[in-house]
Amino acid sequence: MALETVIGLEIHVELATKTKIFCNCANEFGAPPNTHVCPVCMGSPGVLPVLNEEALGLGIRAALALNCEVRRDSKFDRKNYFYPDNPKAYQISQYDEPIGEHGYVEIMVGEEKRRIGITRVHLEEDAGKLNHAAFEDASYVDFNRAGVPLIEIVSEPDIRSAEEARLFLEELKAIMQYCLISDCKMEEGSLRCDANISLRPVGQETLGTKTEIKNMNSFRNVQRGLEYERSRQAAMLGAGESISQQTLRWDEASATTVVMRSKEDAHDYRYFPDPDLPRIRLAEEYIEERGREIPELPSARRDRFERGYGLPAYDAGVLTAMRSLADYFDETAKHVTDPKTASNLIMGEILAYLNAAGKDIANLPMRPRQLADLIGLVEDGTISTKIAKDVLKGMMSSGKDANAIIAEQGLVQISDEGQLREIALRVIAANPKSVADYLAGKDKAIGALVGQVMKETKGKANPQLINKIIAELIRQA
Amino acid sequence: MQDLTVGIAQLHDWLKSGDVTSLDLVAASFARIGAIDSAVQAFLTVTEEAALVRAKENAGKTPDGILDGIPFALKDNMATRGVKTTCGSRILEEYIPPYSATVMDRLDAAGGVLVGKLNMDEFAMGSSTENSGFFPTRNPWNLGTVPGGSSGGAAAAVASGMVPYALGSDTGGSIRQPAAYCGVVGLKPTYGRVSRYGLVAYASSLDQIGPLTRTVEDAALVLQAIAGYDHRDSTSVNLPVPDYMTALTGDIRGLRIGLPKDYFAHDMDAGMRKVMDAAMEVLRGLGAELVEVELPHTEYALSAYYLIAPAEASSNLARYDGVRYGFRAKDAENLLDMYNKTRSRGFGTEVKRRILIGTYALSSGYYDAYYKRAQQVRTLIRRDFETAFERVDLVFAPTAPTTAFKLGEKTSDPLTMYLSDIYTIPVNLAGLPAISVPCGLIDGMPAGLQLIGRMFDEATVLRAAHAYEQATEWTGKRPQAIGGQA
Repeated sequence: MALETVIGLEIHVELATKTKIFCNCANEFGAPPNTHVCPVCMGSPGVLPVLNEEALGLGIRAALALNCEVRRDSKFDRKNYFYPDNPKAYQISQYDEPIGEHGYVEIMVGEEKRRIGITRVHLEEDAGKLNHAAFEDASYVDFNRAGVPLIEIVSEPDIRSAEEARLFLEELKAIMQYCLISDCKMEEGSLRCDANISLRPVGQETLGTKTEIKNMNSFRNVQRGLEYERSRQAAMLGAGESISQQTLRWDEASATTVVMRSKEDAHDYRYFPDPDLPRIRLAEEYIEERGREIPELPSARRDRFERGYGLPAYDAGVLTAMRSLADYFDETAKHVTDPKTASNLIMGEILAYLNAAGKDIANLPMRPRQLADLIGLVEDGTISTKIAKDVLKGMMSSGKDANAIIAEQGLVQISDEGQLREIALRVIAANPKSVADYLAGKDKAIGALVGQVMKETKGKANPQLINKIIAELIRQA
Repeated sequence: MQDLTVGIAQLHDWLKSGDVTSLDLVAASFARIGAIDSAVQAFLTVTEEAALVRAKENAGKTPDGILDGIPFALKDNMATRGVKTTCGSRILEEYIPPYSATVMDRLDAAGGVLVGKLNMDEFAMGSSTENSGFFPTRNPWNLGTVPGGSSGGAAAAVASGMVPYALGSDTGGSIRQPAAYCGVVGLKPTYGRVSRYGLVAYASSLDQIGPLTRTVEDAALVLQAIAGYDHRDSTSVNLPVPDYMTALTGDIRGLRIGLPKDYFAHDMDAGMRKVMDAAMEVLRGLGAELVEVELPHTEYALSAYYLIAPAEASSNLARYDGVRYGFRAKDAENLLDMYNKTRSRGFGTEVKRRILIGTYALSSGYYDAYYKRAQQVRTLIRRDFETAFERVDLVFAPTAPTTAFKLGEKTSDPLTMYLSDIYTIPVNLAGLPAISVPCGLIDGMPAGLQLIGRMFDEATVLRAAHAYEQATEWTGKRPQAIGGQA
């Protein structure tokens, strides 16, 4: 019996606001414990929440970027549960009136475009964090994260494989980053993903019993966790067993899913409208303004890079994965005759340099215009591609113009035929064996001779020209 | 020693003349507390040291505003930085807030001198102050009776002249009912008129802070100081605050006052009816027009209140879990055990009862039948008042069905206790402003009449209450039970 995998995701994204959602504490990752806290986010008796308008604006921007309808009239609710990281013992969230609903995200699965539905996008506050002490019987609570604004994005069960789940997450992350909604760093918890997965016989309409997987803390682990869970469920169904509805935890070390709780232990969160916060009523104009904040999104940009610049799909995919990278390429490509050269350099040398240095392209001292100038120098033959790569290194670290580095180091390509012919003659005279090999039909032997010329010119010889000259000289001899 | 019952304007004049200093007034307050509070038990905390320091700073200086240099006290559910704020609960017995409530900041900025924090029913749940986690407060008019609640400490402290004024909070009548029982003025402003920031929440959609004072004029003065929008409270309303003193014209000719037939149709206590009839005559004599109005959904108010308030309370009080502040049971085996023991021991019976009711009312499967239904009733009650206010400017009612009852009389029967708020609760559900003014004595105990106004129309409420007060001699009467001369 062929089985179809059905996956829906629940994603939490921390919003990149300056301050928390209901108080003025800084929204900043990595500060010493309990340094970004105040009576409001600590849940002191008597405090009241005040909605941060920046968080609301980013939430709406996110909803619009995910093609959602934005509710003109919504509210906040309290989700009640006891846990030490939850300072008020309720989380302010949105229950039955989310800020956005009925949206979608399009992804490319191979050559096929797939549309994944977005059920809802809602605003809520994050909880604090428990740190379990290693050498004592105690846990400590850090409330820096309590009150950090979140959106929860719930997808429809439209995802059909673990790979699709990963592709969807990558697309979602790119959209959030493009819109400056979140940095979406899974390792810092600014993007977190839980998944619901079930199997059903191909062609069956009704959904099978699902399990929920938590604690998948990287895109790779999302894919691995879902792959594992799919096989586990398939094996059980194959053996005639039934799946029980459970919440599971992905355990990276053992690469398995482990039961956290079963359906019977489900919380009753006793949602009710938060009486401390007035309803959110949005003017059309306000929503339109948020819409205007959305830039060209990754999928549109990918299309444009392919069609407009004639890039291969692979290049377009890599270059648009991050907005800063795509912006950089766009700016460079405007000023060069062959955008593919720019693409090669950015995806090759530049990304390698950034990865090694742990930098973002937005902070690279070399600006796109400078890169375009360098490419121009290769195109007009001023320097060779090989020299260009050396110059590029200097530009990336110093931010100097290509011409400055070339002048400083005397790297202008030697394309003067007379000068090259003179050097070639000397090299031919000094290497009779290579000449003999070449004449004996070993075409590759010419490489050794070219290499010698390059050595004498410190790599500045125009390689095409020198090849041509040596071949001519030997044949004339 | 200065008499603190002479009214705020008089105290202010004394300070202005230079004959009396803020230190004198503060010392008088502590002297009076020292003399009688062992009997009345209105205070949970006195802040003598800090108050004297502040009063000395002010010594010799001409007062800036009407409240400058004048002592006051707060119900112990308003946060005071550096001063214990217990909410009348064992669970917050040692709790010292890191910040002050907006009302505290405003009174502080106006030059007021805090002399202490006042007893209350635990988390403001109760009508007699017998639910205090520490001790009951007594009615200065008869120490064997309750002062009402939950702002019983505030009413008793003002009635017995320990402070010229105090702030209380009113969720279902907790300012007005004790004011009536203790023979003082109590004003519950419109929901949203006074910031709730720093008021420890009982039922957030109903709670409102207001003054307990000797006179209507004092209520107007104190309201003036605390009213107005606060960016820290999203439910406070950004409307201009009128000058309440200019509203006190003494003239209520042509004012239309509604008599809710649904309030008076009940088998009202004979003594109370007599007092009410007399008050109506006074208002007629002042030129007001009394008109019968209908508030047909009144009979459902109590039920709706006892679903909405406990539901919100069950959530508001969940934070007292022993993790960050307040009492924590020391002998817990694990997290759940810590929660259970901390909350079982830290909260009193009435608080636990309401948490249980509220938790049940919000439970999945019951929400629609209870909480949602109660909110619908609330809308109907609000509409009742809106309809009435199309015909009248104010609604007249008793504040409470009876005068103060005996200590212990109703503690075993919570439902009977709940009925003492039957005339005040609909006002909270509708969010309206209302005042309780002394209107006579029944068997030697004070009774209060209630005037209910339109949303944000405290001015008319104060104007009518002031005119009534000026025309009668009930306000400012002094209880004899505690050392006479007060």
